[in-house]
Amino acid sequence: MPPVETAPAATPTLSLVAGAGTRAVRIRRFEARDAVLLVGSSISSLALTWLLYERLTPLSGTFGFWVSWYATFLAMVGVTNVVEYDAVRARDRIATVVLWSVGLGVITPLLLVVGYTIARGIGALRIQFFLEDQRYVGALSRADEGGGRHAIIGTLQQVGLAALISVPLGLLTAVYLSEVRGRLARPLRMVTDAMSAIPSIVAGLFIYALWILTLGNSPSGFAGALALSVLFLPTVTRTSEVVLGLVPGGLREASLALGGTEWRTTTGVVLPTARTGLATAVILGIARVIGETAPLILTIGGAFVVNANPFSGKQDALPYFVYRLVRFPQPAQIQRAWTGALVLLVVVLALFVIARVIGGGGPDHISRFRRARLRRKGLA
Amino acid sequence: MTMTEIAPAPPGTGRHSESAPAALEARDVACWFGTNNVLANVSLVMRPREVTALIGPSGCGKSTFLRTLNRMHELVPGASLAGEILLDGTDIYRGSLPTTEIRRRVGMVFQKPNPFPAMTVAENVLAGLRLSGIRTARDERRTIIERCLRRAGLWEEVKDRLGDPGRALSGGQQQRLCIARALAVEPQVLLMDEPCSALDPTSTRRVEETILELQETVTVVIVTHNMQQAQRISRNCAFFLAGANQPGRIVETGDTEKLFNDPDDPRTLDYVRGRFG
Repeated sequence: MPPVETAPAATPTLSLVAGAGTRAVRIRRFEARDAVLLVGSSISSLALTWLLYERLTPLSGTFGFWVSWYATFLAMVGVTNVVEYDAVRARDRIATVVLWSVGLGVITPLLLVVGYTIARGIGALRIQFFLEDQRYVGALSRADEGGGRHAIIGTLQQVGLAALISVPLGLLTAVYLSEVRGRLARPLRMVTDAMSAIPSIVAGLFIYALWILTLGNSPSGFAGALALSVLFLPTVTRTSEVVLGLVPGGLREASLALGGTEWRTTTGVVLPTARTGLATAVILGIARVIGETAPLILTIGGAFVVNANPFSGKQDALPYFVYRLVRFPQPAQIQRAWTGALVLLVVVLALFVIARVIGGGGPDHISRFRRARLRRKGLA
Repeated sequence: MTMTEIAPAPPGTGRHSESAPAALEARDVACWFGTNNVLANVSLVMRPREVTALIGPSGCGKSTFLRTLNRMHELVPGASLAGEILLDGTDIYRGSLPTTEIRRRVGMVFQKPNPFPAMTVAENVLAGLRLSGIRTARDERRTIIERCLRRAGLWEEVKDRLGDPGRALSGGQQQRLCIARALAVEPQVLLMDEPCSALDPTSTRRVEETILELQETVTVVIVTHNMQQAQRISRNCAFFLAGANQPGRIVETGDTEKLFNDPDDPRTLDYVRGRFG
């Protein structure tokens, strides 16, 4: 907490005139004494809990110890704040502490997962991981030999194809559900909900049974993309539907009142207004499928060398690469799996950034590209 | 009932030949939401080159009536309607005119300013043309933008901000932008549903001035809760009233001057004097 200018106690009136000598006042302040109270409470509650567990009662167990400590800590925060300030402040502080700890509780596993993956994977990450495949990698090769280029290409192509299939379909379905509100909206919504509950291995089995066994195609990146689409589609549809529902009805009315058709109202007003939210829908869809292994196991076949044609021949994918290598007995292969996991994280991050840039700020935001186009049309 | 003679539009002034202000007439209109009868026996003539004000307490069906005039009423699920609405003598519900064409000829400005958030000021003005699929050349666009913003009394304030998002303007400016947007498709009638209720007095005055200037070129029908506003801007007035569990009806209609100073119905007098509602 940076030191914060506090309001002088002897200023009874609130001045709204900001002059040269006016200092901004931080209204909700957290002073040194609050920090002391928090630290003191945590230490004293730790001591008290230790006393309870080790000396006074026959209680034992790590989990119980920390739960008791947390409860005592909250009580201490309350008591000390009542003594120092008043009951209202104490309640406020307890609520703040609870919210902070819940927040930390949510974010810690995420940081642990990302941190552990980075720690395990970074050791063998060389630039050639992006440039080479596993062509010359033998059982005794070092972990930093070869790379995952084939898997990166595979993942990008499979997810890209899945997006090409699912995003237009999902958007159109969402438009139907939210704008057209046709007779089939209810059953359609039910089917979409059911689809989003499909276990991912079932999606893989479905494509395996239909596309590969029944229709006689070979495993390929495209088959994998089809399986991923089964998971991608409902996510995009439902999120887009929610986002379209957030567009104020007044805008649709305004558009119709200008003589716009329903279709032009949707494409010209509703979709552009919801652009940022729709970009989020696509991101969520990508996030749903990019780390999926199960649908790919039965559909892409797996490969060790680059195959840049998703429509013919077996392909690899980063999650599948990780899944396969991490079960090898050689430490080098396991190391390679961790590096693959790290690269998967990087790819996900890159895709998110790209989607955010395309999605842009809110609907009010006018990007540089758009401004240039407006100028060409003589509108700015 | 005689229709007012409409002078033919001078050639070259409008996009379509009917761009002169049109007469609008409602004959025995009744409205329902589901089985709820909200409006009954409404007959009203809205003459061109005059402002007609619809007044009355909340919930008496003024807005519903206004929305029947450009077929916005039917957008509410379960809404139905009886009677005739004649636009220059053509029934807009039974005639051959497509709904989009009717709405283009009978424009609407809403209570809350609602410029399209994803569009700039200039794009908002042109939105109606784009939404009805009318292509325009670059020079034509500039002319339309300037003309409509001038007619809405907004040009001087925004001429250097045409590339800003529509919602970057102040509330009053946004509402005048919406008026400019409605004018760009050259409607013959402009319906206004309490256009000033969300605006401060200064902005209200600007919008009222705009309305007075517009009446020469477009028929204006305005719903307002502001008695002074009705007196200031309207030539004709219709007073709507709904009893408890009764559909709204027109109690009295006629010259604004007379309606406010010497009404025939005592209920009208009570309302305009502020004794109820």
